[in-house]
Amino acid sequence: MKKILIIFAHPALQKSKIHKRLTDSVKNIRGVTLNNLYENYPDFYLNIIKEQQLLIEHDIIIWQHPFYWYSAPAILKEWFDLVLQNGFAYGEKGKNLEGKQVLSVISTGGSKEIYCKGGRNNFTVNEFLIPYKQSANLCLMEYLPPFVIYNAQTLTSYDIDHHVSKYKQLLISLRDEKIDKKNIRSVEHLNELME
Amino acid sequence: MYNEEFFFQAFIYLTAAVIAVPVTKKLGLGSVLGYLLAGIIIGPAVLGLVGYEAGKVMHFAEFGVVLMLFVIGLELQPSLLWKMRRTIFGLGGLQVLITAAILAGIAMLFNFRISKSLAIGLILALSSTAIVLQTLTEKGMLQNPAGRSAFSVLLFQDISVVPILALIPVLAALSGNLDLIENSELNNISSLESLSGWIQLIIIIVVIASITFVGRFIARHIFRLVAETGMHEIFTAMALLLVIGIAIIMSKIGLSPALGTFLAGVVLADNEYRHELETTINPFKSLLLGLFFISVGASINFALLIEDPYRIIGYVVILITVKFIVLLALGRVFRLRKGFDFLFAFLLAQSSEFAFVLISFSKQSQLLDNETAALLLLIVALSMAITPLLLIFNEKALVPVLTRKQNKTEYDYVETSDNPIIIAGFGRFGLVIGRLLLANDYKVTIIDSNPTNVEVLRKFGFKLYYGDVTRPQVIEQAGIRHAKLVILSMAEYDEALKVADHLKKNYPQVKILARAKDIYHAFEFFKRSVTSVQQEVFDSAAELGQQALIEMGFSKYEAYRAVRTFKHHEKQVLTDLYALWKEDENRFIEETRRFSEQLSEILVAEKDYLIHETDYAWNVNSDGEEEKSENNKRE
Repeated sequence: MKKILIIFAHPALQKSKIHKRLTDSVKNIRGVTLNNLYENYPDFYLNIIKEQQLLIEHDIIIWQHPFYWYSAPAILKEWFDLVLQNGFAYGEKGKNLEGKQVLSVISTGGSKEIYCKGGRNNFTVNEFLIPYKQSANLCLMEYLPPFVIYNAQTLTSYDIDHHVSKYKQLLISLRDEKIDKKNIRSVEHLNELME
Repeated sequence: MYNEEFFFQAFIYLTAAVIAVPVTKKLGLGSVLGYLLAGIIIGPAVLGLVGYEAGKVMHFAEFGVVLMLFVIGLELQPSLLWKMRRTIFGLGGLQVLITAAILAGIAMLFNFRISKSLAIGLILALSSTAIVLQTLTEKGMLQNPAGRSAFSVLLFQDISVVPILALIPVLAALSGNLDLIENSELNNISSLESLSGWIQLIIIIVVIASITFVGRFIARHIFRLVAETGMHEIFTAMALLLVIGIAIIMSKIGLSPALGTFLAGVVLADNEYRHELETTINPFKSLLLGLFFISVGASINFALLIEDPYRIIGYVVILITVKFIVLLALGRVFRLRKGFDFLFAFLLAQSSEFAFVLISFSKQSQLLDNETAALLLLIVALSMAITPLLLIFNEKALVPVLTRKQNKTEYDYVETSDNPIIIAGFGRFGLVIGRLLLANDYKVTIIDSNPTNVEVLRKFGFKLYYGDVTRPQVIEQAGIRHAKLVILSMAEYDEALKVADHLKKNYPQVKILARAKDIYHAFEFFKRSVTSVQQEVFDSAAELGQQALIEMGFSKYEAYRAVRTFKHHEKQVLTDLYALWKEDENRFIEETRRFSEQLSEILVAEKDYLIHETDYAWNVNSDGEEEKSENNKRE
């Protein structure tokens, strides 16, 4: 059984439709640790030692956040800047994250249709996530396809239930290593594997 | 040595005060009683260190009362005074008239003629501004309903001294001593007395108007000029000059100096130099008042008392009883709530220092003979000396009985509240919390024994309760049953712990947030497992420290990070020290020295950590490494 760490960043959870439900439904799954950055560090003063320790203790890292300006809310960038230090996460002596799996779990206001060449956003979500992918590469981690929830502002409660159960299912499958490596590489979003 | 006699006297008075006041204060009896006792001890009755000149000292020390009213005026905005007009003239006027009438009636039963009886009634109807206001200030009760009402009555009495002074010669004339009016002291008391009434009135109005004008528009410029010299003693001299000047003018036009300086104080209440004036005048005021109380104590004629103790004590009892009953009845009529009416009545049940003036004036006017005057002086002094004892009786014996009987607090102000948040203690600390919560649309209930700006706060949706939070009924009445949160922001640190105990025991569902004085106080709260504790000055000190770092060349964010690091570290330190403290509370006291060593260790470590943190977190070299490793990979 693998251990999963969710690094969660949402600055206004009280306004969130989907992330509150997602985190509530997975935080008590065995083997899953939820690290709510805005809740733990309201002053952005990250405890670097503690964060690094958490990374070492887990096998699968999830960056869960809404998609803001094609990227993450500010605190997650702070987390990258401070926690993924040279000598810890990368560099000659920095091999602590080697071999871990990592993925992004994001929600976007826009539909899948506008995230493409010629669409309003011109690029796909996966293209926007290239910095995350390369960060993972630099740290010698395996970057899995993201789990993406489109149209986050207009979801019906039925849609939400649907996404929540998929997310749960995904985490359990990852934890128990029930997903075929070949399948993983063949999909754009991990959502597709949970039908 | 020059003026040796004077220094000897000063030495005795000061010694008496320095010994007696701390002792009575320690016993919880208040300073007034201490001064009075000191006076009795150094007076002719016991040690005989001061004798006949105590009377002269008293006249001099009465200036303390003048200063006190000036200071009180400074704290009273004109608008507030205007709001109090009903109590000043209604409550105050009725108190003086009814008490004077009853006391005059009693005097007539003792076979005094009607004119003399009236004079005695009027003289004894007044209450002691000095004792009452000193007591109220000391106990912080000036703002509560009893304090306000008492103050109004005293203000009216001050005003009424003027007509009483004018009336005494008339009464003297009626009692058949017409010929004496001409050469009486009258002309010294008021040089305007010879003018006809309406001219006098015009002069008074003109003087008051000009004081108001000068205070409003000119005073601040003069203050600024003086303050700009940067010499504090000149400011002090000017403040004293101001009060003395007004006192002289007021006596000249026949008003009481105390009343005049009070008005001047009110006029200056909006002035930006108000606090400066207050702190400058305060020491003089307190010393002179102390001197005044000592001289009252010394002037008590125990020889006369011993001659016929029962009769005199009887008179004192009659005096106090009559005044007490009238005050209690008026308190009820004017809707003073239960508990406050007793306090109000006990506060004002003595006679006034003005009585000393009025009695000697009556003697000079031949209205009263020497024997009666001496007797009255003794009664007045005794009634003043008893007041502190009566107040102690009220506080320790009567209030607990009354509250138990009613099983309902007499302090609460409004109906039971169901606000989710209760703030106990609304001083500078509580105010910030209250404002923050209000700004975020939370309804807040405030409990304080002495809230300021009541009207304003209430207008903005605060619910206010006067009262002592340590008393279960007060908390109950403030709506603890519906509250989610109690914030102990009071500066009475020991009491705050008691409240926390009470709440934990009886209302375990309520969360407690507490203001701590220092780490030991914080530990006491930890022990009671309250939800959150905040050391009262820590954060603002750290913020100012951040400013210091910026001034020394830190960038703003660097300084911010440094302070954050410091605060988080402090939390850790506190947790560690608490574990130590819990193990052995007593041992910890001995370890304070080690604590200071620890502190320096922490500070050193902190410095290293800071360098590590700031240098490492956004390290330029690390970016280079990143490039390098990328290059490596490309190879």
